[in-house]
Amino acid sequence: MSEHDDKTPAEGSRSPGEDTLAPLAETKPTKSGGRSSSPLLDTVLTTAAAIFLALVIGAVLMALSNQEVIDSMGYFFVYPWDFFTRSADVVTTSYGALLKASLGSGEAIAHTLNRSAPLICAGLGVSLAFRAGLFNIGAQGQIILGTLAASYVGFTWDLPGPILLLASIVAGILAGAVWGAIAGALKAFTGAHEVISTIMLNSIAASGVLAYALGELKSFQRPGDELGLPQSPPVPDAAAFPEVFGVHLGVLLAIAAAGGVWWVLTRSTFGFELRSVGANPDASLTAGMSTAKVFVLTMAIAGALSGLAATMFINGDQASNNASLVGTVGFDAITVALLGRGTPLGSVLAGLLFGALAVGGGAMQTSSAGTAPEIVQVVQGLIVLFVAAPAAVRWLVRQRRKEPTDTFAAKGATA
Amino acid sequence: MSTTATPAAPAAERPVRDRADKFRQVKLVVTFAITFALVLWMAISIDNSDVLFLNAPSPDLEHQPEPFNGLRLVWIAVVISGIALAMAAFNLVPRNGWALLVYLAVGLSFYVAFTIWYYADQDSAVEAWITNPLPSMVKYSPPLVLGALAGVICERAGVINIAIEAQLLMGAFFGYVISSLAFSNGVGMVGAALAGVLVALVLGLFSLRYHVDQVVVGVVLIALALGLTTFLLGQIPTQQENASLNTLLSDPPDPLTPIEIPGLSQIPLIGRALFNQSILVYITLLAPIVVWFLLYQTRWGLRVRSVGEHPKAADTVGIKVNRVRWQAILLGGGLAGLGGAFYSVGSSGSFTDNAANGQGFMALAAVIMGRWHPIGATMAAFFFALTAAMKDDFGLVTKVPSELIAVAPYLATLIAVAGFVGRVRPPAADGQPYVKD
Repeated sequence: MSEHDDKTPAEGSRSPGEDTLAPLAETKPTKSGGRSSSPLLDTVLTTAAAIFLALVIGAVLMALSNQEVIDSMGYFFVYPWDFFTRSADVVTTSYGALLKASLGSGEAIAHTLNRSAPLICAGLGVSLAFRAGLFNIGAQGQIILGTLAASYVGFTWDLPGPILLLASIVAGILAGAVWGAIAGALKAFTGAHEVISTIMLNSIAASGVLAYALGELKSFQRPGDELGLPQSPPVPDAAAFPEVFGVHLGVLLAIAAAGGVWWVLTRSTFGFELRSVGANPDASLTAGMSTAKVFVLTMAIAGALSGLAATMFINGDQASNNASLVGTVGFDAITVALLGRGTPLGSVLAGLLFGALAVGGGAMQTSSAGTAPEIVQVVQGLIVLFVAAPAAVRWLVRQRRKEPTDTFAAKGATA
Repeated sequence: MSTTATPAAPAAERPVRDRADKFRQVKLVVTFAITFALVLWMAISIDNSDVLFLNAPSPDLEHQPEPFNGLRLVWIAVVISGIALAMAAFNLVPRNGWALLVYLAVGLSFYVAFTIWYYADQDSAVEAWITNPLPSMVKYSPPLVLGALAGVICERAGVINIAIEAQLLMGAFFGYVISSLAFSNGVGMVGAALAGVLVALVLGLFSLRYHVDQVVVGVVLIALALGLTTFLLGQIPTQQENASLNTLLSDPPDPLTPIEIPGLSQIPLIGRALFNQSILVYITLLAPIVVWFLLYQTRWGLRVRSVGEHPKAADTVGIKVNRVRWQAILLGGGLAGLGGAFYSVGSSGSFTDNAANGQGFMALAAVIMGRWHPIGATMAAFFFALTAAMKDDFGLVTKVPSELIAVAPYLATLIAVAGFVGRVRPPAADGQPYVKD
């Protein structure tokens, strides 16, 4: 690799001399021949350092937010040891609770896996769109539509067990796909910027479709809930994912989806077109590819993956559909995709990490240290930031090496 | 011989119409025809021509809802949309900036007709009145307008600012904390602007210094700001833990009050909207003009635009690319942070969790809709502010499902972006870190 390739600031950016197909490679070497470490090892080390640094900053926040620690600071110069022991106590209690709740037992691991599944699916959807140069902020709306369709089919249709489950999943996936395809089609045929259209489609899904279904559609409401928080009935057991050791089938589906996305991206003609359009739409058009097809199909698949994420709530948790069911999973999915660097494997790992942190965050609050669960959110953000900024991490750990950073996001992601 | 008999018209006078131009005409005719038909139907279906109108956000001693002939106004709207339809049909809609006036006239006539139709012929016991939406619209505008301007400045300098939401949130939170500590709204607003600058500093540090992908930094900053403000809000000490700090923070100064400009505020319809507002709103109203002047009339603005379009060329002529970018994003951060002050200092005085609630994303949409131009982005932001004001009022009557009213602005934006804004071109170097060779 020449020194020149090392300088690419972002995959698919437009600086001169960059029109090689190098950015299409699944993983790009982050270094030139000067050093001998492998790119994989480099990525693993950088990620580990980023997670470690984020956890350290989280620990500092934790300690400083604890009343006992603050009290001990009052006599720090008289008896500094107190400050350190109390800080260490708070941090170990909190992180201990986090670790125990997310990985400490079979039950905890199952909980983490179930929690990760929707993040992985939706993260895959955002990743796929990224690779085509589309910044898909619309996972939230696509998931909402998916939950509506999956739960509606689940509790109204009268079908025998496995067929009902299948119908419910397919309905969820299709609804998400349609909602995603709208944004793709608007982009393809009118040039409407996908950032605007997905933001608007999110709002329409949440305050239009979902609010209408919960507020006006009598067939959608669980009797007796009209006055309080209106919600739908949960799907019957027949439409629920079967569970093994507390892990539901959806987790397998999420892993399978990751495999499918990997296959599409790296082994199919469409995947090649997708990555090509992401790297340089004009060149792809000249080469005879249909950017319109890529935009529509990519957003439809991204939406379908978000719809699959929706089934994790409806068929996996058998949750009642209400205004706050999805939470912020659609936006967390963007963070997952960014941490996963747009690759399927990355999304799976990032989804697992965020799932574990989310499960553990609640446990930190109920532990004796009573740490605020928002710390987890801060830690998540810091991890993504540090992973994206290897140069900053090296600077922080005093390992300065002259090397521009390498990030994946494509040109279309420019707002 | 015969060809000389009919002199060919000069090429310039014969309009050359390509497919895109014809498609534009079809789009306009269809849209305007639908608007015209709807407005006409509304005019016909109104039975009682009188509606109540209140020229203030809420009734007081001076301002009471007064009846007026709404039907006449609806017929005027019919005429205006009819003229627009005819213009589109005969291909007379201008192709330059004046087209915007036609679109505005059609949109406005639909809005007026719909509002009057919505409130006319009520059969409810309590009579609802039409409230002048302009004062509320202008009141709601600071986060959207200042956020959008922040986005415009940053992106014109070639730095993508997804983190407007983060700047609004941090501005709101620190506006609350600092105004409470200093017991002064003015200091609070400065604090809010500085909080926005702080977010911009992080954005600049990672995107300009470490060349991290700017979209990544922006998304991360939103997550961080949301987590951090919620976390810090939970850290406000209770009375037992720290009595003095608790007293200070639980008793912020009264929020900003409207300052009435005598005389001007008496102008019908727009007087109260423009001349009876808080200081934050006055800043918001001036900011677009200032930003436009800075970007388009000053040397600094030319530099900002040049580093956003072609940093290498700018560098060649001696402009310090990253220095100009730093200046732009810090200024933008200050503006957005100030806009965030609306949620605390400007409205309730205190801070509620997730106060910005997605308005930063709306500001981002306004940036793109306004094609990265300060005035365009401001107009788009005012449109979003108008829809926010509408949502407050239209809940009283239930002629149309409230969900439809709630999604109307988003649908309208989708249609506008898909139909008429179309393909937009960001600044050429938007999002690309500049590495000097």
